[in-house]
Amino acid sequence: MSVAEELEQAVQKTNKISTTGEHPMEDFLRMDRIPHIWCPTCGIGVSVNCFAQALERCEIPLDNVVVVSGIGCTGRVAGYVKIDSYHTTHGRAIPFATGMKLANPKLKVVVFSGDGDLVAIGGNHLIHAARRNIDMTVICVNNFNYAMTGGQIAPTTPQGALLTTSPYGNYEAPFNLPFLVESVGAVYVARWTALHIHRQTDAMVDALRKPGFAFIEILAPCPTIYERRNKFGDGLDRLRWYYENSEIQHGADTKNVNIELRNKIIVGKFVDKERPTFLQSMNAHFKERLGDRYQHYEG
Amino acid sequence: MKSDPKGVLTGSHYMDGDYACCEGALAAGCRFISGYPITPSTEVVERFSQRIPLVGGIFIQMEDELAASIALQGAVWAGKKAMTVTSGPGFSLMMEHIGLAAMTECPCIFVNVQRGGPSTGLPTLPGQADMMQARWGSHGDYEIIALSPDSPQECFDFMIDAFNLSEQYRVPVMFMMDECVGHMTERVVIPKAEEIDIVPRKYTKKKPEDYLPFEPGPDMIPEMVKAGDGYRIHVTGLTHDYKGYPVMQADCQEELVHRLINKIRLNADKIVRYEEKDVEKADVVVISYGITSRVVVEAVALAKEKGIKVGTLRLIVVWPFAENKIRELANQGKALIMAEMNYGQIYYEVERCAAGKVPVLLAGHGGGMVHQPEDIAEKIMEAAKCLSQKN
Repeated sequence: MSVAEELEQAVQKTNKISTTGEHPMEDFLRMDRIPHIWCPTCGIGVSVNCFAQALERCEIPLDNVVVVSGIGCTGRVAGYVKIDSYHTTHGRAIPFATGMKLANPKLKVVVFSGDGDLVAIGGNHLIHAARRNIDMTVICVNNFNYAMTGGQIAPTTPQGALLTTSPYGNYEAPFNLPFLVESVGAVYVARWTALHIHRQTDAMVDALRKPGFAFIEILAPCPTIYERRNKFGDGLDRLRWYYENSEIQHGADTKNVNIELRNKIIVGKFVDKERPTFLQSMNAHFKERLGDRYQHYEG
Repeated sequence: MKSDPKGVLTGSHYMDGDYACCEGALAAGCRFISGYPITPSTEVVERFSQRIPLVGGIFIQMEDELAASIALQGAVWAGKKAMTVTSGPGFSLMMEHIGLAAMTECPCIFVNVQRGGPSTGLPTLPGQADMMQARWGSHGDYEIIALSPDSPQECFDFMIDAFNLSEQYRVPVMFMMDECVGHMTERVVIPKAEEIDIVPRKYTKKKPEDYLPFEPGPDMIPEMVKAGDGYRIHVTGLTHDYKGYPVMQADCQEELVHRLINKIRLNADKIVRYEEKDVEKADVVVISYGITSRVVVEAVALAKEKGIKVGTLRLIVVWPFAENKIRELANQGKALIMAEMNYGQIYYEVERCAAGKVPVLLAGHGGGMVHQPEDIAEKIMEAAKCLSQKN
């Protein structure tokens, strides 16, 4: 399918969620906070759109959905979605979401945040939530840099990339996020780009339906900083680049999906497996050990 | 509202302050602790992890104190009464989230079983040097409430007060124990559930279309809703308006932060709590809190033997500070001694309120052990001498 066709289909799907005939996203967004702060052709808005469609397709009542964000450009997602939404501290969206999910397991808890927030300052929480298999969906929008603060290197920045704190090129080795989260126990791991609108939405549907820790990495253009400084053009140019350089490999060994500055990018659904969630393990364990004395926990 | 009997271990027990703190939390309705082990507070979460599967609730040991101090806020917004427990180094890590709780008006409890510091300091030995950190350790301007028990019985009783104050004012409450109180084993009497008053969370009765999550009521406190209740609220640590939306403007900052301060400062007379003894006829008043107040009893007896008229003032609620009481004592011309396990934290507050009218002496040390009663008694003599010279 061509880029134009993908976009056309997405527009048609988006229109389906309109109930008022006004803005197609009106039911889902806090329209009194629009316009948002994201730059033209930034990839974050695409993910928000896909997320709205995924919720619609899952038929989850929006009153039951909670979005938790940290700090940064993607951290602002919590402020624009018209559902219960919590904009927490830098790096700590996952432990906040952990507390919320465990306190009320009926909630569908989604963490929407950026690579710097989730993987650098919040890296410890990311690996522990995956290890515990907390039932949550983590959407990590990876734009390869700290964009809100003006474009510094992140733990995802490819080697050689030019940013404000790597004026001679980044020499640090970046994380391979799918490999990282798979190795610590995530039950669902996928990577798509802002170009892959349907597949990104499908992945969100999968993740929302999956009991346990589901992680989606979305590669998103950062036109103002990352793309411009690294000569990728604007956001649309970068989408074209993704089109020409993304290779879908479902079930790829995550060891081999690391990202380099200008090499092809492996995308796809890498992991989809079963493992008891934190609460399933807890309830089963206490029931076995304590018998009828145990107060079965449902929130 | 009365306590839920499921969490109340009615009867007479022999237990330490850490265990009593846990029982107080359970009696207060706490059903969620996110913790991280640290001496000398660990027994609180050990006890909770043993008790909570039988009571109905959840304990999770988080990966660090940053996680522990925000997981409980997620739990609060989902409807639980929740707390976390730590000591000095962990308390330092929790500072950011004390600020978040103050800013988002998240009712929750931070227990600090104080040990000697700074840094790793004295893990197994007492201190009282986190008092200023408890007040303003997070960045920005805010007010909290802090209580300081001096016995296992008070660890139980004041935990209930801590939760109640937290709900009433929608503020994080610091429960400032110390290693001695935490590890001291004494009789703890736990009353029947129907004798324990509980302040329920103030949930709104408004419809979603009429509700603004940060619109203050006449008491300056906004009403809450739970996640999943259909109100679709937004909560942020950014400066926000009544809707909860970020507003990057000085007038919004002024309105919000001034209210966060005033909801405590203007209610200080209702929140402040202390215990006084023999103050009326005293020439010298010894002020203390926590474990130090138990040593002061002995010091006062020594001074009385020497014929000095001494009274005591024990701070139960340390923050907000008992300013009016200290001003009153200073106006009555009584010399003041501040006895605490640090080199002068609450002392500065006492000195400020005394405003040079009377001598104010510090009986302080760096922690590691409680005061020697003789050292405080010596300060009492010195204060009496200062007073007679002044007169």
